[in-house]
Amino acid sequence: MYTDLVMDHFSNPRNVGTIADADGVGLEGNPVCGDLMKIFIKVKEDRIDDIKFQTFGCGAAIATSSMVTEMVKGKTLDEAMTITNRKVAEALGGLPSQKMHCSNLAADALHKAIEDYRTKTAAVAG
Amino acid sequence: MQRVVYLDHAATTPVHPKALEAMLPFFSESYGNPSSIYAIAREARKALDGARESVAGILGCKPNEVIFTSGGTESDNTAIKGVAFAAKSGGNHIITSSTEHHAVLHTCQFMEKFGFEVTYLPVDRFGMVDPADVERAITDKTVLVTIMTANNEVGTINPIADIAKVIKNKNKHIVFHTDAVQAAGSVDIAVDHLGVDMLSLSAHKFYGPKGIGVLYVRRATPFLPQQQGGGQERNRRAGTESVATIVGMAKALEIAATGREEYNRHCQRLRDRLIESILSRIERSYLNGHPTQRLANNANLSFEYVEGESILLNLDMLGIACSSGSACTSASLEPSHVLMAMGVPVEIAHGSLRLTVGSKTTDEDVDYVLSHLPGIIQKLRAMSPLAEVR
Ligand SMILES: Cc1ncc(COP(=O)(O)O)c(C=O)c1O
Ligand SMILES: [Zn+2]
Repeated sequence: MYTDLVMDHFSNPRNVGTIADADGVGLEGNPVCGDLMKIFIKVKEDRIDDIKFQTFGCGAAIATSSMVTEMVKGKTLDEAMTITNRKVAEALGGLPSQKMHCSNLAADALHKAIEDYRTKTAAVAG
Repeated sequence: MQRVVYLDHAATTPVHPKALEAMLPFFSESYGNPSSIYAIAREARKALDGARESVAGILGCKPNEVIFTSGGTESDNTAIKGVAFAAKSGGNHIITSSTEHHAVLHTCQFMEKFGFEVTYLPVDRFGMVDPADVERAITDKTVLVTIMTANNEVGTINPIADIAKVIKNKNKHIVFHTDAVQAAGSVDIAVDHLGVDMLSLSAHKFYGPKGIGVLYVRRATPFLPQQQGGGQERNRRAGTESVATIVGMAKALEIAATGREEYNRHCQRLRDRLIESILSRIERSYLNGHPTQRLANNANLSFEYVEGESILLNLDMLGIACSSGSACTSASLEPSHVLMAMGVPVEIAHGSLRLTVGSKTTDEDVDYVLSHLPGIIQKLRAMSPLAEVR
């Protein structure tokens, strides 16, 4: 049902964990199925310097979390904001159609983490 | 070669070698149509009659009360629609329970489109229907009660005989149907012991072939046939009989009935090893279903902070096959309606795992699961934002 790449990310997820002094944190839950994803970012010169995730969810949820962290590490925040759930699924070689909703968390959690960082820095600057 | 540990006998079972052997002659030797009159057809007819008598013997009913169907789903559909449409002039109320298989639940919902009112009874936290609730739900419009003998997800066995008494005391014309699809392999399904008017069976749940089942219909039960055609099954279910699979099913049921005690002892010992070891070795794990009134082969457990499909995928990589009530594993994307009806919190239902052992399951299989499961849960918890406690 899942591609080899999905299974690879599921069995050996990249960037699992937390960042104690994260610059931004994003939490996204799926009220339908109960999957939950949390993303932590460290920002340096407007780039994602480090990123970690925690996920409570199925194969699709874990694999997309892992993939999104790989896709945006080192990217500028603006570049990271252009990542969509669809792009994450495509990078994984596709997901079964009934699983798309489980994968709709990864990019959203990332965007929330970036927004969290931006609100915090705006508050400091302001 | 990778080890295969099959622990999903509630989903389906392998065909028993003796059942397979019994079936084989009816594919390309005695392949006649049992309705025809020449010799190879008579062989098929004889085998068909023999199978019907054998099934009737185990159900403790008359052979002409046994209808062969294409399986559990058809039997449930036919029972509900057949009675409801036949009894419509007498009333439009159906009683069922909220933990039934979808073959029953969705059929009941379908009947609502035809003016029927359906009561979906609650269950207790172990998944059991209370006969007193059945009694209270009965109105003068009730024509049918359908309550499963044993649940397919959590294995809880309902007090069918008690429910039958309550119904018949109130009004002996109300038809009582039970879905005994999961129960057949390990529970006494003699219809007079259960006190039911109708009962559904499916062969592939008791080491028979897929695509064949039984609907028992007690004499004089109001019943409108749901499949019209050539008049087979005494006009109650048209279509050329699937002689080979019927013969295989009858053989499998015979084996199940004669070996029931030994089978239950074997399964229960392995089931209890699984349950006890998992509960003691894995923190924050819970048993779903009834502690004692459960099918001998069913272990259903939940693990807090982890999701069921991710457990299944990890087990599958090790060759272990089982299932989950997680929302992510269901087509509807909702957690198991059974666990929800039992009041299991959503997060815990999301982390449920059903292990159902069978005749070929060994202690080594159980050891294999026990040696890997704690590590899998630990790995997934380490990844989970919900796991404050590790
Ligand atoms: C309780 C119950 N009823 C009905 C069915 C449907 O049976 P079948 O697969 O033969 O259509 C099943 C099997 O999944 C079941 O477990
Ligand atoms: Zn999911």
